[in-house]
Amino acid sequence: MNSKGVDNADCILRVNNLGKRFNGLVAVDSVSFAVRTGECFGLLGPNGAGKTSTIRMMYGFSPPNSGTISILGLDIATQWRLIRSRIGICQQDNTLDPDLTVFQNLLIFAGYFRIPRHLASERAEELLQFFALDKKREAKVGELSGGLARRLTLARALINDPELIILDEPTTGLDPQSRHLLWERLHALRARGKTFILTTHYMEEAAQLCDRLVIMDHGRILVEGTPASLINEHVGRSIIEIDSPEREGLRQFLRSHQVDYDELANRFIIYSNGDLAIEQALREGFCSRQCTFRSATLEDVFLRLTGRELRE
Amino acid sequence: MLAFTNLSWRFLTVWRRNLVVYRKIWKVNFLVPLLEPAFYILAFGLGFQGLIEGLSYAGQPMAYTKFMAPALIAISIMYNSFFETTYASFVRMYYQKTFDGMMATPLSLEEIILAEIVWSATKATAAALIMAVVLGLFGFVAFPQGLLLLPLAFLGGLAFGAVGMFFTGFTPSIDMFNLPIFLFITPMFLFSGTFFPTAGLPVWAQHAAYAFPLYHLVELTRFCCLGFSETSPWASLAYLFCFALIFLVVGLMAMRRRLIK
Repeated sequence: MNSKGVDNADCILRVNNLGKRFNGLVAVDSVSFAVRTGECFGLLGPNGAGKTSTIRMMYGFSPPNSGTISILGLDIATQWRLIRSRIGICQQDNTLDPDLTVFQNLLIFAGYFRIPRHLASERAEELLQFFALDKKREAKVGELSGGLARRLTLARALINDPELIILDEPTTGLDPQSRHLLWERLHALRARGKTFILTTHYMEEAAQLCDRLVIMDHGRILVEGTPASLINEHVGRSIIEIDSPEREGLRQFLRSHQVDYDELANRFIIYSNGDLAIEQALREGFCSRQCTFRSATLEDVFLRLTGRELRE
Repeated sequence: MLAFTNLSWRFLTVWRRNLVVYRKIWKVNFLVPLLEPAFYILAFGLGFQGLIEGLSYAGQPMAYTKFMAPALIAISIMYNSFFETTYASFVRMYYQKTFDGMMATPLSLEEIILAEIVWSATKATAAALIMAVVLGLFGFVAFPQGLLLLPLAFLGGLAFGAVGMFFTGFTPSIDMFNLPIFLFITPMFLFSGTFFPTAGLPVWAQHAAYAFPLYHLVELTRFCCLGFSETSPWASLAYLFCFALIFLVVGLMAMRRRLIK
């Protein structure tokens, strides 16, 4: 699959025919996409879709079996050290150093980049402020709540003032307050011209943060586009959910009017795409019980493309 | 394969990280090498020495405590470095995911692992220094050649740290370290001419002892403390050097195989 409409010049990252196998199982299957400088690019997909494998190859942690990755015009296979010095990575697992305090985590991490000491402590102070961590300066990492730990992880990923920031599920498991604070900080960083690559399981987060995104499944990219264009293209503008309807009649009605729908155990999901006549007819004919009329979301696209079965 | 191009002085930044953590609890870290030799010397000197007569080492009669004291330093070098690159490194690698975090920086895996091994040698050297001071006060270390204990401790620490890292490279869980400790460390601890001269063993066991890295480290600590040893110190030095080098390479390879997927 080729990345449509993205020209070479303004790309900060370019992935070409990337492939990865683990013990004969294909984790990533000839994936290609490109990320423009300054945008927020989403990498979505169910568990096991190959998102984290792709990300681990992006920063040179894991060597690809095939394909190439270039970041900032450099090849990850040979110039990984230079690339890593210019990007920030916020891993999915908590990899903060529990033997160190909050402030030391930033300072010691800066040391790995060989950032001079005075500059490192200057940046560390700024980042503590920026992520509202300054009160926890001397706290041990083990004492931090999930939200604080995630903020520190993000602060740490910014210690080298990276041009590209890779975020692997940055908000998983956070309470709404922490999540909103994080989103707000990401918006602020975007305004400073940083580029982001983001994976998440929260579709409203992806819709809100990402300029463009891909949805992956089984190691392949299914679709690529802006959240709005994907919604339009795959589920239309509006959706009606009807609980426990009279099945046969509804099926016949939808088929005869050529309306897309998904049939679940106790519910029909109908992709009415803003057709007022259809909506009116459904309201009158089939809404004896629970009926929901709502706008289509990215989550509908996601479920439609990747299916509703459990993955693990 | 081992990528030597992945090695640079940047590994010292990881070494420094371990030093920062070590200094936080330096009092506890210092206490063991400070008290351990004193306990052993008191126990063996007071309780055991009277039972032992006619001990001779390298053809010279000597007091039991004088024979045993240098071995205490060697054992401490072995324990400090081996436990650092097994249990402590495993915790950092597996439970704390410290190495994963480091891999998001311009550090290579080889540098991280080399730093762990060099750090274990550093810790062993610090322990040897403290023990040498304590044993020196008891009169068991002859100076100035006793100062050679420090570079020797570093070399011994590299050897045991590297072999520890080799085991960490493929142990499935932290409990499985019992196996190399039971099969490798404990026999060495007992049969390397540590608590009795190897001359007292059957010939085959003597030869087996020559294969132990601890035997050579004990020989060299005796050379530093007493001024002589039963085997050539150059041969022991060469043995330890080769042992350290080989296990550095295979230790790095084992860790790369384990972590880079």
